[in-house]
Amino acid sequence: MFQVRIHGRGGQGVVTAAEMLSIAAFEEGRHAQAFPSFGSERTGAPVVAFCRISDREIRTREPIVEADAVIIQDPTLLHQIAVFAGLKPEGYVLLNSRHSLEELGLGEFADAHEKGHFFSLPATEIGIRHIGRPIPNIPLLAGFAALSGLIRLESVIGAINARFKGKVASGNIAAAEEAYRLVKEASC
Amino acid sequence: MLKQIEGSKAVAEAVALCRPEVICAYPISPQTHIVEALGEMVKSQRLSPCEYINVESEFAAMSVSIGASAAGARAYTATASQGLLFMTEAVYNAAGLGLPIVMTVANRAIGAPINIWNDHSDSLSQRDSGWMQLFAENNQEAVDLHIQAFRLAEELSMPIMVCMDGYILTHAFERVDIPSQEEVDAYLPPFEPRQVLDPSEPITIGAMVGPEAFMEVKYLAHAKQMQAIERIPELASEFRSVFGRENGGLVRTYRVEDAETVIVAMGSVIGTIKDVVDEMRDEGHRIGVLTIVSYRPFPLEQVRSALLHCKRFLVLEKSLAVGMGGILATDVRMAVTGAGLMGYTAIAGLGGRPIFKSQLHPLFRQAEKEELPPVTFLDLDWEAVNRQLERERQTRRSGPVAENILHDKGIVSAKFG
Amino acid sequence: MGFQPIKFYQTGTYTVGNRLLSPDQRSVQADEARSNSINSGHRACQGCGEALGARYAIDAAMAESHGQLIAVNATGCLEVFSTPYPESSWQVPWIHSVFGNAPAVATGIAAAMKVKGRTDVRVVAQGGDGGTTDIGFGCLSGMFERNDDVLYICYDNEAYMNTGVQRSSATPPAARTATTMPVGPEPGNPFGQGKNLPEIAMAHGIPYVATATVADLRDLEYKVRRAMRMHGARYIHLFVPCPLGWGTASHDTIRIARLAKESGLFPVFEAEHGEVTSVLKIRRKVGVEEYLLPQKRFAHLFGSHPHPEMVSRIQEIAERNIRKYGLLDEEAA
Repeated sequence: MFQVRIHGRGGQGVVTAAEMLSIAAFEEGRHAQAFPSFGSERTGAPVVAFCRISDREIRTREPIVEADAVIIQDPTLLHQIAVFAGLKPEGYVLLNSRHSLEELGLGEFADAHEKGHFFSLPATEIGIRHIGRPIPNIPLLAGFAALSGLIRLESVIGAINARFKGKVASGNIAAAEEAYRLVKEASC
Repeated sequence: MLKQIEGSKAVAEAVALCRPEVICAYPISPQTHIVEALGEMVKSQRLSPCEYINVESEFAAMSVSIGASAAGARAYTATASQGLLFMTEAVYNAAGLGLPIVMTVANRAIGAPINIWNDHSDSLSQRDSGWMQLFAENNQEAVDLHIQAFRLAEELSMPIMVCMDGYILTHAFERVDIPSQEEVDAYLPPFEPRQVLDPSEPITIGAMVGPEAFMEVKYLAHAKQMQAIERIPELASEFRSVFGRENGGLVRTYRVEDAETVIVAMGSVIGTIKDVVDEMRDEGHRIGVLTIVSYRPFPLEQVRSALLHCKRFLVLEKSLAVGMGGILATDVRMAVTGAGLMGYTAIAGLGGRPIFKSQLHPLFRQAEKEELPPVTFLDLDWEAVNRQLERERQTRRSGPVAENILHDKGIVSAKFG
Repeated sequence: MGFQPIKFYQTGTYTVGNRLLSPDQRSVQADEARSNSINSGHRACQGCGEALGARYAIDAAMAESHGQLIAVNATGCLEVFSTPYPESSWQVPWIHSVFGNAPAVATGIAAAMKVKGRTDVRVVAQGGDGGTTDIGFGCLSGMFERNDDVLYICYDNEAYMNTGVQRSSATPPAARTATTMPVGPEPGNPFGQGKNLPEIAMAHGIPYVATATVADLRDLEYKVRRAMRMHGARYIHLFVPCPLGWGTASHDTIRIARLAKESGLFPVFEAEHGEVTSVLKIRRKVGVEEYLLPQKRFAHLFGSHPHPEMVSRIQEIAERNIRKYGLLDEEAA
């Protein structure tokens, strides 16, 4: 079982990201369980959502304690919340930022983990470029697909098409493709 | 059709497939997504004919359902927590009148202190209302129970609550097989009311009944639920033959053969418990699970025969009978009266307190060793509790309890937001 | 005995006797065509204004709907006296759920009829003043706001009579009830701001609002039939004296109702979509004393320790009604 925790703020599509990740996994014939942190958070408040992916039926309902991956949609949360709590040594971290991990002061922390498992992606900028709105969730999903290899880009696109229509869908797909390419190229 | 879908959406799909004729909607978390989805279906005429009524309160939601059902329409509504309490008078009335309304309860704690998260206090408070209560373990079962509930309710002319854990199930995206309209139509015949307000055959419904007949009317409500004990397993097996899935029924057991310790619970926590039981089985522990699907009627015999061969049982429940202990545990202990079993109660998950496998492992091991007190409060912060008790000893005006506890625990926002 | 000319107002009641009217205008208790929706044999008190009002209202609704009527009843006197186990006076399909939900139950029935395509079947909900102005107020307002296809009739006897005459928000100032006893410096019910349900109903902009009294049953029948010809939420507020609760003689029910109207304390009018469209004028204005005096619930205003100041405050209320609704013709004034 692969467990993903997504941190962000209300309005950034955190819950949507977890749901779409579960849909992408479902498209690949796997079992997936996505759920929010069950709060009554308003826009701008810290929000967390979870996604489990497995080849077998997922029965547990506990919040994710040990994470195989953490996606951080808002880097300002780094100083506010223990976003890396329970992250496994071989776990993945995908962070939304224009800055490098070193610039964010995460260089050492990343070095202590498996090489190539940490990545900083300018997802907000990609979102603005393709969708016209600073919503980083979909570029991050595609970036996560590239970084972890857990799901395919086609499945992310499938999830986008399941959720959005018309220009929103095509914009999101373009954003996903760019994010995927960026991460892939950097890890080569 | 297999879908990766939110629990609330899946339930809305299932309800729509049951062709409800009147739906009453009033928002309350965590039920709201269900009636929102149904509203869209009615508005777009995908669900037709159906009257969708935005009522002004839960009391009205149940009252409109009563009127619709008495006039022969298949009626549905959904609620939770304070909403269920707000409609309580009408809830009892619907059962007393014998109206087969189906209502989803997205189980949520009851305030004060106000709390929107999951536990079972709300529907359990309606234990004696005359409504049947079926608890879903996962979203597939929530879907399937709704279809079975309409059938059972209308057969017996009694209302049913389908209970699903708020947020944990209602807001979870998971794989659900949504049946086809043909399948549901094959299983659920059109509503043929036992009593109906019809100008061509005028009847009086809801007359005053004095001491000379009240006992009989109440006994008949009990008798209906005893009939349901027979019908629930039959309807579940008929459901399996149409839909090819096993869901519903009175109780379910998991790895109880040769089990010395059996964990008894209801709702979504069963999934977590099963994982723990598997892990303990791998280590050689003789432990199993008894799932209560039908809380009302309570299947005393089935619970007894499921537990009779174990040595001890632990009822893990998301509810608290203040001043007494467990609510579910009381019924389970009643079922095994005289069987000489050790019985324990664990109160857990109140107000959405997460239940972790790492907590269940030691709890189950302690039960196994018979080292538990009769009632355990899982993950209770004794330090915070004792500090408040001390504060109350020290000063008369100790202030509001909830605010003191929040202050003591220094909670700004939870660890993960 | 020779010819004796009949004076128009011979009885001094300012009513027109039935025998003076042409047959088609007569109100006939035992007409063959009457549906007797609330049949005889019920357990209402002698002189019950509510029983009389309900009988005329529901029969009129039955006539207008050609017998396709379903009735809802809130808990209260009417519900209790009409359905003593194991009997029922109701010859229409009838349901009682609880005290505060009659409007919502009616909404459910109307929705069921709509979904089943039975648009010929009409729904009437009814309750006392407690069930309407107090405990059922939320459901009533919701039903109005949604403009559900329900005629709601409030039988206003100005207190909780079923439970033994306790104050409701429709109880008038100074009235004695079991919870507003005539003791202390300001005996009886306090002078509050009142809760004018017909005006609150009008504020919802619903198609039809009317008030009526059991002193003018033809007017009541006309208003019920008029309401039944319309669709959407409609409200009729019917003034029904209660001999038991008011301490009046059983044979005085009609007279007391008439005095309420003639004094200006109970304005009788119709309104459509929030605007008053017609007013039943006062025919012979009386002071409020004439209305208050025969009622034991106001006895403490008179007698050995009278409260003339309270009587004048009640008179002020009547005058305000008269001005506001234009209850007096120029000549009658």
